Amino acid sequence: MSSSSKPTNLRAQSGPYFGEFGGRFVPESLIAALDQLTETYEHAKTDPSFISELAELHRTYTGRPSLITEVKRFAEAAGNNVRIFLKREDLNHTGSHKINNVIGQALITKRMGKTRVIAETGAGQHGVATATAAALFGFDCVVYMGEVDTKRQALNVARMKLLGAEVIPVTSGSATLKDAINEALRDWVANVDTTHYLLGTVAGPHPFPTMVRDFHSVIGIEARAQMLEEFGFLPDVVTACIGGGSNAIGLFHAFLDDQDVRIVGFEAAGDGMDTPRNAATLNFGKPGVLHGAKSYVLQDEDGQTIESHSISAGLDYPGVGPEHAWLKDIGRAEYRGISDAEAMDALRLLSRTEGIIPAIETAHALAGALKLAKELPSGSTILINLSGRGDKDMETAARYFDLLDGGANA
Amino acid sequence: MPSKTAAALEANAEAGHGSLIGYFPAGYPTVEASIEACVAMCENGLDVLEVGVPYSDPVMDGPVIQAATVEALANGFKLRQTFDVVRAITERVSTPVLVMSYWNPIVQYGVERFASHLAAAGGAGIITPDLIPDEGAEWIAAAEKHDLDRVFLAAPTSTQERVNNAAEKSRGFVYAVSTMGITGAREELDELARKVVGSVRQAPTRQNTAVGIGISTGDQVAEVNGYADGAIVGSAFVKAYQSGGIDALSAKVAELASSLDTRNN
Repeated sequence: MSSSSKPTNLRAQSGPYFGEFGGRFVPESLIAALDQLTETYEHAKTDPSFISELAELHRTYTGRPSLITEVKRFAEAAGNNVRIFLKREDLNHTGSHKINNVIGQALITKRMGKTRVIAETGAGQHGVATATAAALFGFDCVVYMGEVDTKRQALNVARMKLLGAEVIPVTSGSATLKDAINEALRDWVANVDTTHYLLGTVAGPHPFPTMVRDFHSVIGIEARAQMLEEFGFLPDVVTACIGGGSNAIGLFHAFLDDQDVRIVGFEAAGDGMDTPRNAATLNFGKPGVLHGAKSYVLQDEDGQTIESHSISAGLDYPGVGPEHAWLKDIGRAEYRGISDAEAMDALRLLSRTEGIIPAIETAHALAGALKLAKELPSGSTILINLSGRGDKDMETAARYFDLLDGGANA
Repeated sequence: MPSKTAAALEANAEAGHGSLIGYFPAGYPTVEASIEACVAMCENGLDVLEVGVPYSDPVMDGPVIQAATVEALANGFKLRQTFDVVRAITERVSTPVLVMSYWNPIVQYGVERFASHLAAAGGAGIITPDLIPDEGAEWIAAAEKHDLDRVFLAAPTSTQERVNNAAEKSRGFVYAVSTMGITGAREELDELARKVVGSVRQAPTRQNTAVGIGISTGDQVAEVNGYADGAIVGSAFVKAYQSGGIDALSAKVAELASSLDTRNN
């Protein structure tokens, strides 16, 4: 939220545009709600009572600050004498970084006097986090989830229901995250007086990309201070997985003006970067408009959104946040692809070497770090955002590694 | 040249007769069938036609239009066929033909190129449901250059200042959103529609305004024309087509158009 005084000053960007990206490409019916949200957030972010209330909730409820863990056995497997550090967002309440944004927006919802929140979810992490905050704040909660995702994340659906949320399976379009966002936007247009759309990533119309980034920027702010305090240096590279890009921008943002720190994001390459079945929007997409913002979009020549593919529901999204599009175009961050197979191998490796089972989303960043380790000078340091834990993915992992019904050992 | 759309609305208003504006998706169920459906609508009393461009992520549309446009895309509709549809219609009828499109297809085609091809096909302009005037500089310039109508929206929650801007930046008419919701027929038309139309009337720029979203009956068409310059009907026409093809669609258009005559008799 604070801006650096360094000449580049990339951290000071606060929308509505990031270069040519961002904006508000939404129906006029939503503009009043976006204006109210922008105004409420602009006041709140400098209001000491808001700042302290948020910090207190993070301390007593989320479990912040999250740890930094150096993973020596995993790094040994990576080779080349690299040192690898994990920012442990998996240890947050609800098991991922998503709670950072949800708690922030719940406080904003309360300030706006709204009593109902709606959310989209892919993997279910954001839906669970939203249902959790709704329970804590006493809001009515409806979560839209692609029907395909409700099947591959059935346990998260049960968690949301147990928390008191209504989960609506979305059958339109490709029945995944993008269609869940469409349904949430339709609900919002119809119920904007009482309802806040608690968008879960750094995409969407202004002010969402900026506000959601700010709520997650605590990840990088903590990590940067922890690296300096506990280890006495900044990492050579910071990395994270990217779907919409919220955990990645949360980590990257604090490092944007540290010019010696390389920034690398890993997108889902699905079946592989040489196949059309992927979700690597920044690698294969083109600039366009989706879900209210201009950014990179996986689309055909007519501007029809192409369905993305990834083993990870949370990365299975054909769009990406506009700030990432800008960071790519100005060359401040690099974005690469990791296939399903590479991610699953990394998931197993971290589990076996460190006793930490990561979310499949997060495993893309781990696999990326393993590749980077081989390219970097010997002894380089890599900080990875361990954005979520893998409990929710056990069914997918069990099937992938054939661990059920007397299956072989992985 | 003055707006053909505005001229049609204003001539009807002068004659003490309101206007009926109707939507149908291009390429639904096929390109040929959509041309025939649109021509039939115009021949049965429609005053302005809106040809919808099918799009993969139509956030303003309810289930009826979503299902129709999904089917059009599944049947192979391509964006460039929008111009074939518009050309085929304008060669056969004189009704002004607007295109209604979400913004991304136009961005990908090229804003200037889309405007130029639409004008060449005889199209009157574009309704842009997810483009607000604040983001519309490139489109407004292209519309000026190619003499096209640009229809922006005004909503019940829009401030007077925003409505003023929509009125100033629109040509043809301002699309008054009647209710806080997506397209699809509703039994009771919101009083909110009167409020939005009232705001457009108060704008410093004199601009026509037509009410859309939720209109499906002759009574509603007549009522809306009592205070606005036109009533926009979409889902009800698509539903009529689904229930009985061109005959049912033609009958529905004729029924709603006759409600305007009835009001004057």
